[in-house]
Amino acid sequence: MLNRAPLFLLYLNVLVIAICGLIYELLAGTLASYVLGDSVTQFSLVIGTYLSAMGVGAWLSRYIERQLARAFIEIELALAFLGGISAPLLFVAFPWVDWFRPLLLGTVFAVGVFVGLELPLLMRILKEHLDFSDLVSRVLAFDYIGALIASLLFPLVFVPYLGLVRTSLVFGILNACVGLWSTFLLKPLLYPRHVSSLRWRSIVVMGILVVGLLKADQLTQFAEESTLGGHVIHTAQSPYQRIAITNKRGGFQLFLNGHLQFNSVDEYRYHEALVHPAMLGPRRPQRVLVMGGGDGLAVREILKYPEIREVLLVDLDPAMTQLSKTFPPLVALNKSSLLDPRVRVVNQDAFVWVNETIDPFDAVIIDFPDPGSFSIGKLYTSHFFRKLKTKLHPDSLVSIQCTSPLVAPKSYWCVIRTLEAAGYRVRPFHATVPSFGIWGYALASLSEPDVDAFQLALDQGSFRFLNNSNLHELFVFPQDIPSLTPEINRLDNQALVRYYDEEWHGYD
Amino acid sequence: MATINRRDLIGSLLGISAATFSGCSKPQEVRIEGELLSPDFATGHRLRDPAIAIGAIDQWKEIPVVIVGGGIAGLTAGWHLRRSGFEEFELLELEDEVGGTSRSGDRDRFSYPWGAHYMTTPMPENVALIDFLQEMGIVQEVAPDGVPIVSEEFLCREPEERVYAEGQWHEGLFPVQGASQDDLAQVADFHAKMLEWSTKRDAKGKRLFALPIAESSEDPETRGLDRVSMLDWMDGQGWDSPRLRWYVDYACRDDYGLTIDQTSAWAGILYYAGRLLRESQESQDVITWPSGNGHVVEYLRRQLEPHLQRRKLVARLKPSGDSGRDATCELVVFDKDQDCWIGYRAKRVIFAAPQFVAKHVIDRFREGTAVNDQPFRYGWWLVANVHLRGRPKDSGFPMSWDNVFYESKSLGYVVSTHQSGIDYGPTVWTWYYPFADAKPRYTREQLLSVPWSDWAEMVMTDLEIAHPEIRSLVTRIDVMRWGHAMVQPYTGFVWSESRQMASKPDRNIHFANTDLSGIALMEEAFFHGVRAADEVLGFLKERA
Repeated sequence: MLNRAPLFLLYLNVLVIAICGLIYELLAGTLASYVLGDSVTQFSLVIGTYLSAMGVGAWLSRYIERQLARAFIEIELALAFLGGISAPLLFVAFPWVDWFRPLLLGTVFAVGVFVGLELPLLMRILKEHLDFSDLVSRVLAFDYIGALIASLLFPLVFVPYLGLVRTSLVFGILNACVGLWSTFLLKPLLYPRHVSSLRWRSIVVMGILVVGLLKADQLTQFAEESTLGGHVIHTAQSPYQRIAITNKRGGFQLFLNGHLQFNSVDEYRYHEALVHPAMLGPRRPQRVLVMGGGDGLAVREILKYPEIREVLLVDLDPAMTQLSKTFPPLVALNKSSLLDPRVRVVNQDAFVWVNETIDPFDAVIIDFPDPGSFSIGKLYTSHFFRKLKTKLHPDSLVSIQCTSPLVAPKSYWCVIRTLEAAGYRVRPFHATVPSFGIWGYALASLSEPDVDAFQLALDQGSFRFLNNSNLHELFVFPQDIPSLTPEINRLDNQALVRYYDEEWHGYD
Repeated sequence: MATINRRDLIGSLLGISAATFSGCSKPQEVRIEGELLSPDFATGHRLRDPAIAIGAIDQWKEIPVVIVGGGIAGLTAGWHLRRSGFEEFELLELEDEVGGTSRSGDRDRFSYPWGAHYMTTPMPENVALIDFLQEMGIVQEVAPDGVPIVSEEFLCREPEERVYAEGQWHEGLFPVQGASQDDLAQVADFHAKMLEWSTKRDAKGKRLFALPIAESSEDPETRGLDRVSMLDWMDGQGWDSPRLRWYVDYACRDDYGLTIDQTSAWAGILYYAGRLLRESQESQDVITWPSGNGHVVEYLRRQLEPHLQRRKLVARLKPSGDSGRDATCELVVFDKDQDCWIGYRAKRVIFAAPQFVAKHVIDRFREGTAVNDQPFRYGWWLVANVHLRGRPKDSGFPMSWDNVFYESKSLGYVVSTHQSGIDYGPTVWTWYYPFADAKPRYTREQLLSVPWSDWAEMVMTDLEIAHPEIRSLVTRIDVMRWGHAMVQPYTGFVWSESRQMASKPDRNIHFANTDLSGIALMEEAFFHGVRAADEVLGFLKERA
């Protein structure tokens, strides 16, 4: 017979399984919102499916008539396994299956059925040993307290510190622990011959989930493309980066190492703002240098000027520039810019290339990825910008993308101040790109750029975003983007990478 | 002489259990090339033979000043003579190329060090070195307070260092991950103490620990630290954290080729306190080049080219017996190229080779004085340059300039392409190993008999600690064996009478080498080169 002390422990069981159950539900809802978007719909569907499945589980519990304790433990283990692998499974499956939504809701339904079975069974196990009203009040009280704990910890602790995949696996392991522990607590109610088999199964389930936890990094990386928010239509792993193109709502998106580079729906805003200010200096550009920008979209903007004689594109990754020459949707978007005979592509790290001797350029467009790593951060250092001076005429204009001044103000102003420290005159500017938010740029030159005199040099039909009045507004910053003076980004401090990490961490 | 078993060699030298590595070539092993290199042991060891057969001298050269040895000290001496307007000297170097333990190599468009690979930004007090670095274009300008501003491209690029511990790479050299509160408290105390010592000045306004060490305070209490080992001194402070000990032991092995229990506490503290300028700093900024200090050698080589005589073994130095104005010194020199003997007659000699060579070469060396070379001890080193076709995958903190393994007795590796900003594709790693054990397991002869393949296997086994798939990426491993590579600042040596007296001239021979400081550092070699050249210039001026 069960004595009083284990009864208290059984209530603890109720608490833990209540937490696990709600965590699985929250994981499914969050994951669905991440990958499918439209969180209201996703959460409604997930909660509805989950609650109705719990009802089904509760109803099914009547058909379990004998060996209640054994059934309870087996359900715990099934739940531990399914709930534990739910997030990794769904993440990994997302890019590869067309029936993701049925898979998602099917998983939620199965988890719901198991959770629905748990409490009725447990209450039937305990009712032999307890006054019924006491039992109901305690079990339900612990169940609801568990729900509160889960709903508070999930957004505050688990998602930010563990991420979805690890949270899922950790709670699966916890759930399996409850199963194993129950083989001890409920031992008097189990046939002796079943005990060791149940224990073995618990350990196997735990083992699988622990391996999953140890491999969570690879899983996350593998699954990352699936969080990009659209159907993956192309992926490639080059020696330098992971390239993925997704398709969503009438547009397509390029991701490098999981970071959005452009969305075809609104990239014209980003690229018109990046390129055209640099083309409006006193020197009408004929030779232009582009660094980064392997998508060919900045080059497309440059080639709108009929006087262009030569464009040199320096981009690290041949896989990227090749894709821009051959992948039909991208070729259509960049208007075959990289196939233009005036364009020459050099696949080299710009940091190394900048040491080469070459005639100065009339304008320079810098479109490197955001400084999320040391190997990219070096391209925003005072050393690099100083080296770049040898590629410029005194009045050449340089335009540089420098991340979001709203989300990452220290990073943004760090680039501006670094350019100034390297001896440039700098005019910060910005544009709104819906896929990115408020985006920041710098227009730099060895002599003061006369921004006020800028007049678009092409007819209005060449632009979708810019006109002669909003062109000047780009250089006016609102109050919520005050100018800052963070540390200069040098090779020997890489301050920018640290700012960027600090400011974007947890943001995306 | 018993040959060494490969598993035994690798296991005992790396300090890892034989169970954790294979110790033999794996069947799928890709073919790896490489060479076993060493300084010219054969010619060098001829000096030890008392009956070295000196043949007839075919020709005699009269030249006012001869510099013996073309390491940093000898090259610096030549540079300083020239800078002072004195050109009548020759520099004799035994090896095919100058540079000593600062030399570098290059192959397939990569440059990499074979020995010394960095220096720290000099303190404002070290004016001579700052001048030199300014001439080289390394120091851009000097701030009004004397602090040198080093050009950004020569300061070690971030990320500077990382340590592999518990299956992951971590930023910095102290393995913070998994450290206890006590470990962290002790390391904080340790750094606070070092900072206190770096900012403190004695009654004369001198730093307690300075580079060059000749500029350090003469305060007897501070110098007394030389008489205890770093380990005993830390014990006295109550610092027993294993991680802190490892961290300090690593520093001792890295800079001195000695373990923490062998190193003089004075020298151990100097590693930290001699390099702190401001409170905000962890240490003075590191200056480095892809070819390591070979970059400095190359600069000096170009300056001195007309004065350099390579492949010349100086077998005997015979001073005329007094140090007066008419003193001469005869040098008996073997020309390895012509296979003949030549003689030099010089007014002054700058002996820029290490002290252990002096007694074999100089007639009646220090006769009648208490000074001799006995207390000078030198460590063996193994340096390997590992050529890779690509970069291994990593977990944790990204690849840095200096990459250290917490579990190994090696010093880890330095990435030669790091400073050039080449972050992808082929690269060369320079891997360092000091033979620091107090009771060497193997004799010198045994070590010299170890074949290239065993050394290469040892390097690979060490790298596999953190990079299990490294074999598939390695294309070439060249291994350099350095005998007597670095003088060792063992307990009691740095401020010993013998060490301090060794810099004094012996008749008309002036001495210049880093070993005269008891520590092997670019800063010390430079200091002694300039000092010896100044002594010679002073003498010549007096005579004129």
